[in-house]
Amino acid sequence: MHPAPSVIVFSTLSGLGFGLLFWLGIDPTPPTGLTAFVFFAIAYALSVGGLISSTFHLGHPERAWRALSQWRSSWLSREGVSAVLALLFMGLYAISLIFLEMNATALGLIGAALALFTVFTTSMIYAQLDTVPRWKTPLTPALYLSFSLAGGALLSGRVNMAILLLVIAAICQFIWWQRGDAALSDSGTDLGTATGLGERGTVRSMAHPHTAPNYLVKEFIYVIGRKHAQKLRRIAFGLTFVLPIICLLLPFSHVLAILAVLSHVAGVATSRWLFFAEAEHVVGLYYGMR
Amino acid sequence: MPQNSHLRNTVAIPTQYRREKMTDLPTKTDRTLGLVIDLDTCVGCHACVISCKGWNTENYGAPLSDQRPYGTEPMGTFLNRVHSYEVQPEQGNAQTVHFPKSCLHCENAPCVTVCPTGASYKRVEDGIVLVNEDHCIGCGLCAWACPYGARELDQAEGVMKKCTLCVDRIYNENLPEEDQIPSCVRTCPAGARHFGDLSDPNSDVSQLVESRGGFDLMPEMGTLPINKYLPPRLKDSWDDQSLLAPLLEPVAEEPQGFLGWLDKALDKLPGGTA
Repeated sequence: MHPAPSVIVFSTLSGLGFGLLFWLGIDPTPPTGLTAFVFFAIAYALSVGGLISSTFHLGHPERAWRALSQWRSSWLSREGVSAVLALLFMGLYAISLIFLEMNATALGLIGAALALFTVFTTSMIYAQLDTVPRWKTPLTPALYLSFSLAGGALLSGRVNMAILLLVIAAICQFIWWQRGDAALSDSGTDLGTATGLGERGTVRSMAHPHTAPNYLVKEFIYVIGRKHAQKLRRIAFGLTFVLPIICLLLPFSHVLAILAVLSHVAGVATSRWLFFAEAEHVVGLYYGMR
Repeated sequence: MPQNSHLRNTVAIPTQYRREKMTDLPTKTDRTLGLVIDLDTCVGCHACVISCKGWNTENYGAPLSDQRPYGTEPMGTFLNRVHSYEVQPEQGNAQTVHFPKSCLHCENAPCVTVCPTGASYKRVEDGIVLVNEDHCIGCGLCAWACPYGARELDQAEGVMKKCTLCVDRIYNENLPEEDQIPSCVRTCPAGARHFGDLSDPNSDVSQLVESRGGFDLMPEMGTLPINKYLPPRLKDSWDDQSLLAPLLEPVAEEPQGFLGWLDKALDKLPGGTA
């Protein structure tokens, strides 16, 4: 799958932003006043920034509001609705904390649940697709949720929780990669079933419909960088989990905390790039590629 | 009225078509219009591709754009593309199969349910899957959900394009009756494409599917495609089936006479096998 920069930025930043909102929402003793302002400003910059970025890959961003209408069948629509509601509830919660120095617990809890649900809906956009066997697994929501919770804990300064969740996210990531590498061959879909000619012999693509690549080839058969995938996985793993955990285990300092956050963000972005770049869409089979 | 006035009239889709609420799929459609494509007959000439591009650029919806049509790496939006495959059986010769592919108007169309805006829908009256281009935001998720590569995001218009089963021809009473079929079917010089109602067991297309063993593409995806493909017929075997075969055995395996002498003489020269 073509790794669109706007979608990678969206899923990286929004995941972190909604994760931070979740932890702020369930905090029994949340920050108030200026401290609260700083935390919520960061959370909103990440989540809203990510959402705005996601509209950049649309053919008609001016019609994006229509995407809120089909929540009954579409995970993408549910994501939009859930994100708007989460930001609304958390906004009211933030206003009460910043300006009224009042903890509206119920608003926070509802907002936290919606923030987490938003991350879940994002993951289901991918996990629902039969056409991309690497994504079609309950491990995909586990991956997105664990990343978001770990990142949120890290950003909100919950050291022990962050370490625990980073370890859990690392395990999810490892299993997800392991399963993913065999997903297409395990799915049973190949050029034989794609053409219906598989029982007659070995099917081979002789000629593409046109000599030059088309939208389908560019969007679904992205092979650039696959040769570096293993290296990038190690880099992503080190940046997302190992380095932040080391920083958190060392005696606390603000420099180490910032290093942990920056390393984590860079690592998540790398992991998300791989999420798309390594994903094989079955339409590639028709082109004799994967 | 000028004789060709029908060509300029764009009669289109009946405006009162029924739709399910939201992008849910209809539980049942009145008819299931679709194509039956004969892989035995298709010669891979791409005439269907061209006529489809022509009709659908000049008629319903946004035109099918081209990018760099005369430059390097030209590309464009097509609703129908023809692949070519080689099928190599365990024994015997490989067979070439030309393979046209367009929207299969699936009963369980995953492209429809993923649409966040309701722009994609499946019509209750005939099962055709369409895109309302005024509501499409061009997110591309429906193309991701389609296993067949039937949907292409037009690079100039930023909206999703797909086969409409020529909905602006098949109900267009301004066209002569023989033209009230999809453009690809009308054009095919080999008669490899057939159009009809696959929910009617007595229709020509249903009979074809029945008698020739029509099949689905990627049935494991659970999309329940309407369009069916007819398999290439098995090739005759020279030895088994021709009465004349024994009489036509090669008379001489080894060259005789002058050619035999020449064969031996050439072998004797330096570099020969003798």
